[in-house]
Amino acid sequence: MYKITQLSIFLENKRGNLYNTLNLLAENSINIRALSLADTTEFGILRLVVQDPIKAKKILEEHWYIVKNTPIVGAKLDDTSGRLSSVLKILNDEEIDLEYIYAFTHEKTEKAILLLQAEDLDNLISILNAYKVPLVPSEEVYNL
Amino acid sequence: MWNEEIECMSREDIFELQLKKLQATVKRAFDKIPFYTEKYTNANVFPEDIETLKDIEKLPFLTKDDLRACYPFGMFAVDKKEIIEVHSSSGTTGKPVVSGYTQNDIDNWGEIVARGLTMMGLDADDIIQNTHGYGLFTGGFGVHYGAHRLGATIIPISTGQTRRQIEIMADFGTTCLIFTPSYGIYLGEVAKEEGIDFDNLGLKAIGFGAEMWTSEMRDRIEDTFKTKAYNIYGLTELMGPGLGIECSAQNGLHIAEDFFYPEIIDSNTGNTLPEGTHGELVLTNLERESMPVIRFRTKDLTALHYDTCECGRTLARMERITGRSDDMIKVKGVAVFPSQIEKALLNVSDIEPHYQIIVTRPDIMDEIEIKVEASESLFSDDVKEMMEVKRKISEYIQNEIGISVNVSLVAPKSIPRSTKGKIQRVIDKRNLH
Ligand SMILES: [Zn+2]
Repeated sequence: MYKITQLSIFLENKRGNLYNTLNLLAENSINIRALSLADTTEFGILRLVVQDPIKAKKILEEHWYIVKNTPIVGAKLDDTSGRLSSVLKILNDEEIDLEYIYAFTHEKTEKAILLLQAEDLDNLISILNAYKVPLVPSEEVYNL
Repeated sequence: MWNEEIECMSREDIFELQLKKLQATVKRAFDKIPFYTEKYTNANVFPEDIETLKDIEKLPFLTKDDLRACYPFGMFAVDKKEIIEVHSSSGTTGKPVVSGYTQNDIDNWGEIVARGLTMMGLDADDIIQNTHGYGLFTGGFGVHYGAHRLGATIIPISTGQTRRQIEIMADFGTTCLIFTPSYGIYLGEVAKEEGIDFDNLGLKAIGFGAEMWTSEMRDRIEDTFKTKAYNIYGLTELMGPGLGIECSAQNGLHIAEDFFYPEIIDSNTGNTLPEGTHGELVLTNLERESMPVIRFRTKDLTALHYDTCECGRTLARMERITGRSDDMIKVKGVAVFPSQIEKALLNVSDIEPHYQIIVTRPDIMDEIEIKVEASESLFSDDVKEMMEVKRKISEYIQNEIGISVNVSLVAPKSIPRSTKGKIQRVIDKRNLH
């Protein structure tokens, strides 16, 4: 229940590509919860958390995008300063190698949600649980 | 052996037989087909000038464009009522080429392929499942007529209906499969999913052709189907599939030299090249009633060998086709073929990725860029992994062609297609003229 389905999308690094992709989703009334773009000079990987990942993937694939479902987890942070670094310290101490992180703010609670990806996601979840870092259920993220 | 007298004839006798047939063919073509009358008269060469086999070099080449110009029946040397079948090669540009056959031409086609099927170890007891298409293209017909001549059972199932293919294979006890390499690989995968055990199916041989292939593809096919796979070559203009077929030695395709005279030429100069030298294959029909094709430039690149084969046959062998002369590009002085790029790409992905080769000369040095369309199997959520895929592609290509390339991963469908869905493989932006 804590695994959030993130969509990873291959994007060629060309002007307009990011806009076109996001516009396609907007036209199909897919709301984007969080977004991050990892790019190189030539291509990028667009990572999205959306309201309806199944529908979004279908729409994107119909338009010849390459899309992969990648499970990630979301940790709720109090917006107090220092909370982010304390979570990262835990993971560092436990020798967890994060692939990437990005964050967004929960509109209603105004709390920050940190999205994390690691090679062994189950292990990451159990460590966060052990340290009582609250995780966000996937349904809650989709339906923010 | 199906026809030992011909297949093991001494080289001298083969050349003598070929000369006689060539003289008769050139005379008939000159007398009966206005196209040849005009072409040879303009070149100031006449049937009586053919005194030795080497004299064939005096005759001008025939190109696909010449055949197109004769569309539809301009190349026929017999009355239309003698023609019992026509085929046509695909016309990617302009008019297609029409190929006609008399009863004797069809019988000879059967004879030629029956020899080849025998080389593959087949006989009248065998059941041949032919997945080549039956239609206007010659595709499935060569093996069909050959199987009839051999007395084997032919299943003319054609391409597609893959699950039904597998069911029939098992129920009918197919002993030979005929397919294109790419369809074969697909068929093998689906058959494995369906739980077919090729160790027990009893396949004796596979005949494959109609597409460019690599030795890796053959290994993979033999490994999947647990039997040997033999190359079949042909082209509609001269007859159709079967004019060259591999024997048990799997060391080149024997050409039915009593029906075809093969030559290798330098694509640029048109000069005939010696045995074992790579160049463009040029073919001549030596015994075709309907439509004698003389010195046809196939654009296929190969080499010929005339030494006696391990199998005992003396008929010439052509190597596997390694490229098309019109596809070849010279980069930094090195000949590069799209087939080499394809081979390299198959190392990183099971399904051949779409690609395009772009050659530029920004300053004085050539540069070569390979655009590869990303696909499900090449894509990962990890930037490091993606960079690694790119690095591997460049490395494989560099190993294959010997020069370094820039590889870029591009979006699916981003390389422009023609209206027929084909990608222009090579874009040469150098201004060399
Ligand atoms: Zn042989």
